[in-house]
Amino acid sequence: MTDLLDIFLSASFWVALVRIASPLIFATMGELICERAGVLNLGIEGIMVFGAFAGWLTVYLGGGLWLGVGVAMLAGMAFGLLHGVLTVPFGLSQHVVGLGITLLATAAAYFAYRLALPEVTSPPKITPFAPWPIPGLAAIPLIGEGFFAQTPLTYAGFVVAGLTALVLFRTPLGLALRAAGENPAAVEAQGLSVTALRIGAVAVGSGLMAVGGAFLTLSAFSSFFFEMVNGRGWICIALVVFGGWKPGKAVLGALLFAAFDAGQIRLQQTALGATLPYQVFLMAPYLLSILALVVMSRRASVPAALMVPFNKGER
Amino acid sequence: MTRTGTAPDIVLRLDGITKRFGALTANDAVSLSLARGEVVALLGENGAGKTTLMNILFGHYTADAGTVEVMGQVLPPGTPRAAIAAGVGMVHQHFTLADNLSVLDNILLGTRPLWSFRLNRAAARARVRALAQDFGLKVAPEARTGALSVGERQRVEILKALYREAQVLILDEPTAVLTPQESEALFATLRRATARGLSVIFISHKLHEVMAAADRVVVLRHGKVVGEVATADTSPPALAAMMVGAEVALPRVAAGVPGPVLLRLDDVTTPDEGARPGLKQVSLNLRAGQITGLAGVSGNGQAALADLLSGLIVPTSGRLILSDAAPAEWSPRAALAAGIGRIPEDRHKTGTIADFTLTENAILETYPQLTRAGLLDHRTARRFTEELIADYDVRCPGPEARIRLLSGGNMQKLILGRVLEARPKIILANQPVRGLDIGAVAYVHSRLIAARDAGAAVLLISEDLDEIMGLSDVVQVISEGRLSPGFARGTMGAAELGQWMAGAGFDHAA
Repeated sequence: MTDLLDIFLSASFWVALVRIASPLIFATMGELICERAGVLNLGIEGIMVFGAFAGWLTVYLGGGLWLGVGVAMLAGMAFGLLHGVLTVPFGLSQHVVGLGITLLATAAAYFAYRLALPEVTSPPKITPFAPWPIPGLAAIPLIGEGFFAQTPLTYAGFVVAGLTALVLFRTPLGLALRAAGENPAAVEAQGLSVTALRIGAVAVGSGLMAVGGAFLTLSAFSSFFFEMVNGRGWICIALVVFGGWKPGKAVLGALLFAAFDAGQIRLQQTALGATLPYQVFLMAPYLLSILALVVMSRRASVPAALMVPFNKGER
Repeated sequence: MTRTGTAPDIVLRLDGITKRFGALTANDAVSLSLARGEVVALLGENGAGKTTLMNILFGHYTADAGTVEVMGQVLPPGTPRAAIAAGVGMVHQHFTLADNLSVLDNILLGTRPLWSFRLNRAAARARVRALAQDFGLKVAPEARTGALSVGERQRVEILKALYREAQVLILDEPTAVLTPQESEALFATLRRATARGLSVIFISHKLHEVMAAADRVVVLRHGKVVGEVATADTSPPALAAMMVGAEVALPRVAAGVPGPVLLRLDDVTTPDEGARPGLKQVSLNLRAGQITGLAGVSGNGQAALADLLSGLIVPTSGRLILSDAAPAEWSPRAALAAGIGRIPEDRHKTGTIADFTLTENAILETYPQLTRAGLLDHRTARRFTEELIADYDVRCPGPEARIRLLSGGNMQKLILGRVLEARPKIILANQPVRGLDIGAVAYVHSRLIAARDAGAAVLLISEDLDEIMGLSDVVQVISEGRLSPGFARGTMGAAELGQWMAGAGFDHAA
C-alpha cells in the first residue's frame, strides 16, 4: 500500500502518465470526430503506425519536427480520404474497410521502412521534441512537471481536445457533423451534404490519428520500430466509448489508462513485483480499462446513425 | 417588390411536373398553384404520387420535366437548399430530427453557414420562444428531442420551417400519427399561420380532415391531377369518387353474433420496453363471432398486446386464459397450437422473409407438419401456395418468385391467406390494411368479416378510427398501456374515442 502511495507521490509518475496519454488523446479525438459523424474508423491502428513512420522519416531525412507532424497528418488524411470514399458514397462495410486500411497502412509503413533502410539492424535515432517547461506552472509541486514540463506536441494534444469540443458543440459545423451521426436525413433535409461532412470528418479524424502515431516517434521514443503502436489504436476506440463520445471525458479516460500503465511499470519494481509474474502487471491496465468501460459506458448515448450508411433518396 | 407575369398573390406554381421511376410514371404533367394564405390539400390514395410531387418541389428528387416556381422565381432542380432559401419548408412524414440533439439544436441545424464561428444559441432560443408563442407551438427548446411525444416532434418540425422564414409549408400526412385532439391543435396552428400570410400544402388521404382544414383540394390519381375543387363546393363522397375513379360504397357491416369467450386476459401486466409501454392491468374478452377493435395512437401498448397474443412475451402478473384453461406454457408455438392466427403489423419485417419464395413464406407457420420422411414436402407446399394465389387473388409472377417482388397489397393478401387457411379460432389483425389501396383494403376487410361470421374471434388493431368504427362490433381504446371498457358498435363517436385515446376517462373508469 505504501508502495502505491510512493508511486502516486513521485513527480516522475505524473510525467510518464501525461506522456503516455498524449498520443492517445490525439488519436481518441480523431476517432471521436469520425464516430460523431457516423463512421467507425477501424483504420486507426494502421494509420497510427503510418503516422509514426511518416513523421519519423521526414525528420530522419532532414525535415523539421513540425514538418514531420504535418507530413504525418497529411498521410493520415490520405488514408482517411480512402476510408471515407469507400464507406460513405460507396457504403461499403465500415468494419471491413477499416480493418483493411489498418492492414494496408501498417504493411505500407513497414515496407517503406525496409525500402528506405535496407541494411539497418538497429533503428536509427532522431532528435525528438525537447520538453518545454512553462515558467511558473512547471514549478507546481507533484503535478507541475507532469502537466507543464512536457514537449510542445503534448500541449498541442490538449489544445486539439479543447478545439474538438469547441467545434463540435459550439459551431454550426459541429452541429451539422453531430447531426450527420445522429440522423443523416435531417442534414440532407437542410440541404447540407452528408457525404461531404462524413468524408471530411473521417479525413480530419484520420489526420489526428496519424499525429498520435507521430507523437511516438517524434516526442516519446525518437526512433521508429515495428510493433511500436502496439494496440494503442484499439485502446482509443475503447476510450471513445468510455468517454461517451464526449471529448472531455475521453481525455480523462486517456489519462486514467495512462495512469494504470505508468503505475504498473513502477509496481513491477516493488516488493509486489518480485512475487507476481510481470505479465499480471502488463495485463492490469487493460483489465482495469475493461472494468472502467463496463461502469462508465452503461448510459452512454451512441450516435444513433453510427455505422449506418446513408443513401440519398432512400428511406 | 413587384412581380411581373404572375398574379401577385401566387406564391408557388408547379408546371407540368413529370417524374418516372423506371416503367412507373409517378407524376404525369402535374400542374398546381398556391396563393398566399391558402391551404391546399393534396388528396390521393397510396401510390398516387403525392409524396413524390412534394419531394420534387422540395428538391429531394429531380423532375424529368416541368418547373417549380416560388414567388415567381424558377427553382434550380434537385437542391433542397435552394427550396429552403426560396422559402419552402417541409415537414416529412418520417420526421428528420436527430433524437439525441436538443430541440434548439435540431432547429438550428443548417441555419448558419458551416464555417461561421458561433452558433449564438441565446439569440436563437429567444427567437424560437417567440415563434412558439406566436403560432401556439408549445415545446421546450432545451428538451432532448428523443424524449418528446410524436405531436411535440411535429411541432419542432414546423418550428424548423418557421425559423427559416418559410412562406410555403408542406406537410406530408401530418395527422397520420396524431390523436384527433392533436390534429385539431395542428389545424389551429395552420389557421394562425395562414392568417399571417403563410401558405400551406398538406398531403392526406383522410377525407374529413381535408374537408375541415383545406380551402381547396387537388386530387391525384395514378400520378395525374384528376380534380381540383374548393372544399366549399364538394363533399366527402364526391372526393372519394375522384380519388378512386368510381363511386365507393362505404362498407356497411352487419353486426356479428357473439359466441363464447375464446381468449381472456385477466388483469394482465407486461413490462415496459424502453419507450414502448407494456400493458397495465388489462382485462379483455375476445368472443367468437365478434370483431374487437383496438383504437389508439401508436406506441400506447398495442405492440405489447400483439406480442402477448403472439406468444412473444408472457405476463408479469395476471393471467391469459384460453377457452377457460390457462395454457401451461406460453410461446409462439403455443399460440399457433391454440389456434391464434397472426397478421403482423410490419409485413416486411416480421410477416415475411423478403428473399424467400412465396411458397416458403406461405408455409412459414406450418412447415413442421409439411414433411414426408423428415424432408419438406415441396409438392404439397407448392400446391397449397398455388391455391392461396388463386383464392386470395395474389398478383405475382408465380409461387417460386421471391416475395420481395410483390406490392404491399399482394404481400398482405398472401399473409392473409396463410393465416386464414389455417382456420384460426382467434385472429390477431395488427394494422392489416396499412399502406394498401382502397381495393385491397375492401378485400382484406371482407375476408376478416367472413372469418368472423364463420365463428372466429378477431382482434383488430388500427390507428385509423374510421376503420375501427366501421368494422368493430366492440371498440376498446388503449392509452399508455391501459385499456378502456368495451363500447358496443355505434355507441361512441370519433370525438369521444379521441378523448379516451388522449388518456381522459381512464382515471374515472378505473
